[in-house]
Amino acid sequence: MAIQSSFKNMTLCLFAVCIVSSALLAAVYAVTKEPIEAADHAKTISSIARVVPEFEGDPVSATVEVGGKEYSYYTVSKDGRPVGYAITSSSVGYGGPVVLMVGITSDRVVYNTVVLSQAETPGLGAKCVEPAFADQFKNLDPGQKKMAVKKDGGDIDAITASTITSRAYIKAVETAVAVYDVIVTGQDSGAVDAASGATLEADAPGEGTEENK
Amino acid sequence: MGKMQLITKGFVKENPTFSLLLGMCPTLATTTSAINGLSMGLATLFVLVLSNMAISATAPYIPDKVRIPAYIVIIAAFVTILQLVMQAFTPDIYQTLGLFIPLIVVNCIVLGRAEAFANKNGVVDSACDGLGIGIGFTFALTLLGIVREMLGSGSAFGFKFISGDGILVFVLAPGAFLALAYLIVIFRKLTAAKGE
Repeated sequence: MAIQSSFKNMTLCLFAVCIVSSALLAAVYAVTKEPIEAADHAKTISSIARVVPEFEGDPVSATVEVGGKEYSYYTVSKDGRPVGYAITSSSVGYGGPVVLMVGITSDRVVYNTVVLSQAETPGLGAKCVEPAFADQFKNLDPGQKKMAVKKDGGDIDAITASTITSRAYIKAVETAVAVYDVIVTGQDSGAVDAASGATLEADAPGEGTEENK
Repeated sequence: MGKMQLITKGFVKENPTFSLLLGMCPTLATTTSAINGLSMGLATLFVLVLSNMAISATAPYIPDKVRIPAYIVIIAAFVTILQLVMQAFTPDIYQTLGLFIPLIVVNCIVLGRAEAFANKNGVVDSACDGLGIGIGFTFALTLLGIVREMLGSGSAFGFKFISGDGILVFVLAPGAFLALAYLIVIFRKLTAAKGE
């Protein structure tokens, strides 16, 4: 049935199989490259549109270094001036990183948040994407509210039986607020601890980035 | 064996999930909801049909001693194609299934059919065999997904029919084992009654 398993035959056969497979993959890659980029782009744009107020034109992408870590963000403008920033920040939850896109308006209010990726327990921590929890961060002024779960003396209702996820979510929002401060003031106040991504202490009084235990 | 028989045997007699208990890893991991189970089944079906055809066509030219590496490369190529296509056109499903798509490469159903059927039979027969086994797998995964979603989240295909939560454990890993075990019991009972 099959041809003889001589060294020459085996080498030639595997070589041929690999060449044909790679050629096929290269062709498919070339065809799907653009749709993949378009799909990624569409996803980013729709996330941005959910977290910031109405804007005109295309969001401008940029990165900023805060506490030795690089954060990417998008600036959206209306009538020629920036109305908000969509900042990507993450924090370690129960099942891995919880990655958020946090929209902050130019008057330093969290407009909305959206979860970009998370691997929390289904039915428990994964509920952080649901409005019951996530809507607490809608129009939240970090200067007015204490950014911690109620158990830690804060103002945020944690998800039942998912305090770790809730803390991670809050931490990510806090980090985004700290990143916002750097974007706006242009200087790193040292509010973000690079190692943990946690907000340690706010410099200016009344900034509201409370210490998170 | 007729073509029709080749297709139907994968559904009941050689159902990869309920009879042969093959490919348990994706079965247990991806069936948290009906739509996830269905998409995973269809993804495997696609790879299974194409790899079966490619392997049955090339088998006479592949030396026996290197057949497994050769099959793996062929299967991996189809899986990667599927991955790129899904990423481009169904990004949402791609994101939920994520890791389990590349893992189809080492799915024992795919390699099992290559070894047990495709390298001994013609291209058309192999395609029918792949189609049959693939449909059987898709059916099993969808059924398991429906059961787990109904009990765990109180919905089916995303349509909620009870308010609030279901029995949470069915969405988690232990529930996958429980639901699968009971489905196998029912499946065996039914097929035994038919004398198969």
